[in-house]
Amino acid sequence: MSARRLSIIQPSSFELSDSANKEINKWIKKYPKDRMRSALIPALWIIQKDAGGWLPELALRAIGDMLDMAYIRVYEVATFYTMFNLQPVGVNYVQMCGTTPCWLRGSDELKGLLSRKIGEQNTLSKDGKLSWLEVECLGSCSNAPMVQISNSAGDHYYEDLSPESLEGILDELVAGKQPPQGPRNGRFSSEPIGGAIALNKDLSNKINILDKLPDAEKDTKVNYYEWDPKVKRATRRGWVDPKRKANSDPKKRSGNLGRDLTAGLVDEDPDIARPKRSTNTKSKKAGN
Amino acid sequence: MSNFRKINIDGTEYEVPGEYTLMQACEEAAGAEIPRFCYHERLSVAGNCRMCLVEWVGAPKPQASCALTVNDLRPNRDGTPANIRTNSDTVKKAREGVMEFLLINHPLDCPICDQGGECDLQDQAMAYGRDTARFHENKRAVDDKNMGPLVNTIMNRCIQCTRCVRFITEVAGVEEIGLASRGEDAEITTYLEQSLSSELSGNVIDLCPVGALTSKPYAFNARPWELESVESVDLMDAVGSNIRIDSRAGAVLRIMPVINDSINEEWITDKARFNWDGLSRQRLDSPYIRENGKLRVAKWDEALSLAAEKLSGDPSKIAAIVGDLCDAESMKALKDLMSSLDVKNIDCRQDGMTIGSDQRESYLFNSTINGIEDSDAILIIGSNPRLEASLVNTRIRKSWLAGKTTIALVGEFCDLTYDFEHLGTKPSDVLKLSKGKSGFSKIFKEAKRPSVIIGAGALNRKDTNKILSYINILASKSNLITDQWNGYNVLHNAASRVAGLDMKFLPEDGGLCTKKIIEYSKSGDIETLFLLGADELEMSNLNSTFVIYQGSHGDSGAHIADIILPGASYAEKNGIYVNLEGRVQIGMPAVNPKGQAKEDWSIIRALSGHLGKVLPYDNIDSLRSKLFQDHPSFSGIGYIAKPANPKNFDVLPQKVNKASDDVPFVNPICDFYMTNPILRSSNVMAECSSLTDSLDMTEAAE
Repeated sequence: MSARRLSIIQPSSFELSDSANKEINKWIKKYPKDRMRSALIPALWIIQKDAGGWLPELALRAIGDMLDMAYIRVYEVATFYTMFNLQPVGVNYVQMCGTTPCWLRGSDELKGLLSRKIGEQNTLSKDGKLSWLEVECLGSCSNAPMVQISNSAGDHYYEDLSPESLEGILDELVAGKQPPQGPRNGRFSSEPIGGAIALNKDLSNKINILDKLPDAEKDTKVNYYEWDPKVKRATRRGWVDPKRKANSDPKKRSGNLGRDLTAGLVDEDPDIARPKRSTNTKSKKAGN
Repeated sequence: MSNFRKINIDGTEYEVPGEYTLMQACEEAAGAEIPRFCYHERLSVAGNCRMCLVEWVGAPKPQASCALTVNDLRPNRDGTPANIRTNSDTVKKAREGVMEFLLINHPLDCPICDQGGECDLQDQAMAYGRDTARFHENKRAVDDKNMGPLVNTIMNRCIQCTRCVRFITEVAGVEEIGLASRGEDAEITTYLEQSLSSELSGNVIDLCPVGALTSKPYAFNARPWELESVESVDLMDAVGSNIRIDSRAGAVLRIMPVINDSINEEWITDKARFNWDGLSRQRLDSPYIRENGKLRVAKWDEALSLAAEKLSGDPSKIAAIVGDLCDAESMKALKDLMSSLDVKNIDCRQDGMTIGSDQRESYLFNSTINGIEDSDAILIIGSNPRLEASLVNTRIRKSWLAGKTTIALVGEFCDLTYDFEHLGTKPSDVLKLSKGKSGFSKIFKEAKRPSVIIGAGALNRKDTNKILSYINILASKSNLITDQWNGYNVLHNAASRVAGLDMKFLPEDGGLCTKKIIEYSKSGDIETLFLLGADELEMSNLNSTFVIYQGSHGDSGAHIADIILPGASYAEKNGIYVNLEGRVQIGMPAVNPKGQAKEDWSIIRALSGHLGKVLPYDNIDSLRSKLFQDHPSFSGIGYIAKPANPKNFDVLPQKVNKASDDVPFVNPICDFYMTNPILRSSNVMAECSSLTDSLDMTEAAE
């Protein structure tokens, strides 16, 4: 990665949107008045989102004025953290993980594709719709190789990629579509290819994990779930947390983007609630 | 001092204060030498260079001795004090390792580097480094940054110690330098490479342990071992900073600070450091006489005879004014000459200041520069100490940073690098303060050691006495003046002023003060005016007067002069100077006077011969003996003559002038870089000055 410096091309004016202004002020209020520079990193993040994914020089000054701090201090922080872009980014900004797990799983090929399709790192594609950067671990190692693509719709992870699938995603994005996030090799989340092999209703009726453990470990192993036929959900050692009642409509549950991630654990008939995925009954039996 | 801890350094047991860092303990108690780059005793501890590693026996890794205190050490298991080693194999290996890493990206520039010969990295690489490098890859390259006309940057050499960042932020009080990026890309820079605006920015050159920040005017001028050094006193303001003048072959090549913890600590202002190019420009190198409106070169005898002729007239029509850069000896000689001629119109206050005829405390910075750090409430009246006495301002800032003081200002609003309450701009606001019961009034009245700093800009007004009477009211209601403490501080901005006042270079009974002398010159009642380095006057009023100008630089005084007697600048003469707190100091000559110029006192001595009133001293020693005899306060070189009883001091002058003129205060210095003839002759200062003009000062002040 080259030295991170302010872009040569800068907009002639910069106007902070009302919503961003409001949000930054919310952060400023969290700190005592003489310590309001503590809100610097959230403020930089908000202002970067507001300015279209990067920080123009005028934005740095705007933050300096808002937080009553020297511009050089804002500049120091903005150049220190790689999450702040000082160069303009494309409408769709691709951050490709190049850390060891992704590299072992073929990130070099993705890199080749990106430089072929978009060009050099940190430069815009010809139509301005794409730009890319190799970054360090984004924490999705189990789904390596992966990229994060940020645009006005948000930040999305595209995982288990091959150059072909990534090219498809990029083509869709350039065409103005928003491809769904997630793995591209057919599996769900980071489950094994072919579906879950544990904590599955059918399977859990047949397996009692406790039986598999040596006696001495029965009392000490606490981090396991078992299926409770009475309440019809997997519980931790048979204990049900009353606060964690699932919403009856799995698609309305928060935090799972319309998909029911807990389907196999709590619903009466998990197969109906779960999204389609390939099932391999043989693997279930194998655990028996 | 109860917290003493035992510590074993290199096999010997010592007892040191617990709050000492290991570095202090090793150096002060055990006398061991600890190399360092980032650590500086007047800056905060950064601990990022790792050069000061020592071994703590039992600890898995060597420890950075600058960042670990003795209190942090636990004793050994058997209860004996912790063992520190500064010369073991581990330490040697650690230092060699650190040095090797530092040198990975440091260019082998020493033959072309200005720091060569006085470089910490060079010295320490010799003492603590390995013999050869094992790093064969390319070194990193960093763009040089602009930091203004004073600081030259060669950023390849930077080792990221961040001393400059910490100095500018903590001492100078303007956050302008920062460390951008991280890791291999880390670079020292100013925001968008703007020039430094601090009046103390030159100090980063001294602080830089390598050659990354060097002096731009001095670039490629000389090697340190070629220079001859002489210790002297800075005259660019009244603080009296201790300086070292480095010269080679008769030319002053640079000026560096000398540590004096009572005055300038380790810093000097930019005008003290960079005025040296003014010492070789616009110099008066031979006597001149004006004939038919034009100056012509003259012989000394000729000029002195003409001057003597003009000075032997009616003493009531002769006057003498001394300027801001004069040494005590020349003022003493001039005073003795004038009293032998029976001239009473003499004044050393060319800015028209009206104080000085009372006891010594009435015109001194009584709390002393060190003492201002102990003051818990400071009221600044009609002054901008940042420009008038920058190093006093750093002391106030230091105290403010430590939370020891509260500051308020009555006068022009300005950026002082610390927070203060702006109480108003007029003298009556001081009266309001003395009547007030809340806010700063309360703080001031309850303070144990309050102090008032009154600027020169408040002491040359019609209503100066009124202002002093307000301060007197304030003093009566607070602890401003007690047996232990005198917080009444006059902030002079002229280096020669206190010496002049100490020897009472003032109009004697019935004599005229500066303002009147200028007025009478215009009307023709003063026929001959002797200016000893006085250039800050309304010269347009002196056209009809016969002006004898004695000084070093061709400035406004020389332009109007009818006779010019070339004198020596401060770098070329022996001189006694008294700083604003009354401390007497001696300056030594670094080079010879230019051309036919002479030391100032000797010119006056020669003139006295031409007048037939020979002054009773033939050399500077006998002149000094006479000075010490007549004015004993000069005799304690390096010290401040203490008053007998501070409680006896009354701020109010004996002669009370009731004039009231409640107009806002105006600060006397608006252009920091152009306050005297030497600075006005300097190209470097002119560049700084034009840079300041181009900044939007109103925006900067907000």
